[in-house]
Amino acid sequence: MLSLEGITDSIHNWLNHALNPTLAMLSEFVMVGLCVITLFAMLGLVLIMMERKVSAYMQVRIGPNRVGPGGMFQTLADTLKLVVKEGLTPDGADHFLFNLAPFVVLSASMLALAPVAFAKGFQVWDLPIGILYVSAISSVSVIGILMAGWASNNKYSLLGAMRSGAQIVSYELSAGLSVLTIVILTGSLRISDIIQAQQDGWWIFKGHIPAIIAFVIFLIAVTAETNRAPFDMAEAESELTAGFHTEYSGMKFALFFLAEYVNIFIVCAIGAALFFGGWMPFHIGHWESFNHIMDFIPSSIWFTGKTFALIFVIMWFRWTFPRLRIDQLLNLEWKYLLPISMANLLLTTFVAIKGWYF
Amino acid sequence: MFLKKYISDIFNAVGSLLKGMRLTGFYFTHHKEIITQQYPDNREQLNLPERFRGEVVMLHDENNEHACTGCTACELACPNATIKIITKFDVTPEGKKKKALDTFVYHLELCTMCNLCVEACPTDAIKMAQTFEHSVYDRSQLTKKLNRPGSKIREGVE
Amino acid sequence: MKNVEEIGTTEQGELIINVGPQHPSTHGVLHLVITLDGETIRNVEPHLGYIHRSIEKMCESLSYRQFIYVTSRMDYLSSHINNHGCAMCVEKGLQIEVPPRAKVIRVLMDELTRLASHQLWWGALAMDVGALTPFFHAFREREMINSIMEETCGARLTMNYMVPGGVMIDLHPNFQPGVKEFITHFKSKIDEYDELVTDNVIFQNRMKGVGTLSKEDAISYGCTGPTARGSGVRCDVRKLFPYEVYAGLRFDEIIETGGDCFARYMVRMKEMRQSLSIIEQLIDNIPEGDFQAKTKAVLKLPKGEFYTKIETARGEFGVYIISEGGMTPYRIKFRSPGFSNLSALNHMARGYKIGDLVAIMGSLDLVIPDIDR
Repeated sequence: MLSLEGITDSIHNWLNHALNPTLAMLSEFVMVGLCVITLFAMLGLVLIMMERKVSAYMQVRIGPNRVGPGGMFQTLADTLKLVVKEGLTPDGADHFLFNLAPFVVLSASMLALAPVAFAKGFQVWDLPIGILYVSAISSVSVIGILMAGWASNNKYSLLGAMRSGAQIVSYELSAGLSVLTIVILTGSLRISDIIQAQQDGWWIFKGHIPAIIAFVIFLIAVTAETNRAPFDMAEAESELTAGFHTEYSGMKFALFFLAEYVNIFIVCAIGAALFFGGWMPFHIGHWESFNHIMDFIPSSIWFTGKTFALIFVIMWFRWTFPRLRIDQLLNLEWKYLLPISMANLLLTTFVAIKGWYF
Repeated sequence: MFLKKYISDIFNAVGSLLKGMRLTGFYFTHHKEIITQQYPDNREQLNLPERFRGEVVMLHDENNEHACTGCTACELACPNATIKIITKFDVTPEGKKKKALDTFVYHLELCTMCNLCVEACPTDAIKMAQTFEHSVYDRSQLTKKLNRPGSKIREGVE
Repeated sequence: MKNVEEIGTTEQGELIINVGPQHPSTHGVLHLVITLDGETIRNVEPHLGYIHRSIEKMCESLSYRQFIYVTSRMDYLSSHINNHGCAMCVEKGLQIEVPPRAKVIRVLMDELTRLASHQLWWGALAMDVGALTPFFHAFREREMINSIMEETCGARLTMNYMVPGGVMIDLHPNFQPGVKEFITHFKSKIDEYDELVTDNVIFQNRMKGVGTLSKEDAISYGCTGPTARGSGVRCDVRKLFPYEVYAGLRFDEIIETGGDCFARYMVRMKEMRQSLSIIEQLIDNIPEGDFQAKTKAVLKLPKGEFYTKIETARGEFGVYIISEGGMTPYRIKFRSPGFSNLSALNHMARGYKIGDLVAIMGSLDLVIPDIDR
């Protein structure tokens, strides 16, 4: 029942059967759009709740526990509060850009959701350059952040936005390079191909040393790319009060917040697809019976489990580490991560040519 | 040599980070360590120490008698003019006039719970109570009259 | 496009930013006007006065018993020690001999307060540099000290426990077991503090070599306490001018020579262990006897000037009383450690990044009501 395979196909066939192709396509667009928006809302609620609970337990607290059973509806109540709050636009701000910025950030993360494979055969758009597309789209969000920082006409916002620009541009490199190691091993940029290639074992096991190094670098780089602590330079609440969204309130602030959490989800989903096989169950080589048992767990569960495990690791980082300084942040990228990922790329190429992976 | 230092730096750094993560991971999995007290729910179990200074109260016994002679020592000891004592003259059975307490006015909104009035009281008529939920909607409710209506001074207290 | 004045830059194109009076990292209503060249700080100008309550003037109208409680409101994190300093000054004027039991109780309370203050500082510093979890861990231990204080003194933060001639009330029977339990608990937790923050490579990089203050500068700015000791200045009043029973105790004056934020951090971390050892030495050796010397109901200091100093968690706290022989002091002057330490901020922060400013302020352990009074 939880296996989503076939649902998309049957809907597609039924629509094409009932309507003419143009209308069928249009109604599919609408359905996908609705699904994505619903997913956004759900992700926002679930991830914020998760973050608050994770942080609470690490800080020897209980966390939200008043609204609903175990505090489950706390985020819902918070969202309601944000929706009814006044969306202020400061007097000196550039009104058009100020109001546009949250939507740019949100659309960027919405677009990046396209190639994510949620389950076997359940994907919005399996485009042949999936990984490249995600890398490209995820850098668009920096435009939104810069826009927000500049248009706010606030010095804290401007500083936060500039930091964010420097940070995302640099960390894009090592994220891209670590993704490339898997692309080299697979030989394809298409997400479904990458997942299919892990049928007899996930890349983190099959690709051994280069894959593990790439995974660690990927994890650090995406933490930085999503502006998460310990790399939350753009917000850095003890330095810049709230960084680029200092002036935002109400729903516009909520959109930034939502985009941040959806971005985490997306990068973790991509990370899961690259290194842990996405929806692919845990298979070991040709142990047919073992693999068969693993197949009983639906692919959507595998995907969600892996993604949320990665999200948990990123949250774990946030609630343990102090924040880096901006120059140390760039040092880490240019002096450590980039050289290591370059060397790792060479190593991977060598391994791939020699066929020294399983 | 440079490379060796570079690599050992990385390993030490990652080691120190993992050490911190182990600690937070420990607390994440050990919910017994949680120290949160859910305040309004735990009112019954909330035991404040007997010395806790919440507000000044006047002690009355079962005969509605207190020990305040109206000497104004507490009023003098108070640094914030929290206490105002209004005295009257009682006529004793022998026909003598005697100074006695009429009203003990206590401004809770001015009180800093410094305990100096209790220390100054020669007859131990007042003490600090453990109440601490003092919020009210109107500030005038914080001005209190500490001696109960109809109360009088206990026999033998001078 | 906005013109230069509107954006708030100097003629050299440097950005002027108001940090505070409401800002997450100033820990109070401190207002800093910082001049920035990109991310680099060119100048820091602290503006004070947002929480000025004219405590010194207030004290002139309060009697010698009454004015002590007001000083808890200055450096509220070491309120016991402030009260202690004031009580000592009054005792000096009246030449009251404090009973030995009261002396030991006072020192115990001082050290517990110092521990609580340093714990809060540790959590707040970690929060300043971006780690939020240590704050809650620090409060867990601080809560135990607060409960001990509450049991004996009746209040958690502003106790008003020191009175001229001793302490207000004798120790609670639960005090000794409570403190012993706290010592065993805290000894395991202080290692966790090291694991979580001190050893962390990000934290070390944030603190090392940042906000350097040389020994000469520390002296010339009048820095005291851990701020000066981090720069290698010997200034612990407990060692140099021992009061109460400190002369008979075994403890080290912690001196670090780095002068940077990490040195100041290490001074405080080591001081916590020293305070623990002081408490351990005293907790089983509290002499029997009176907890308060017999004093007159109305205290009148003889005509003259009296000065005492005491080591608070932040540095040297001085009380200077001029008496005309009346019931109230003619003039009181408090020398607060935070004010002098803050004055070195501009010197320390110049040339570093905004992120460093926050770390430097955290390492100074500023308490704004102490600076403003």
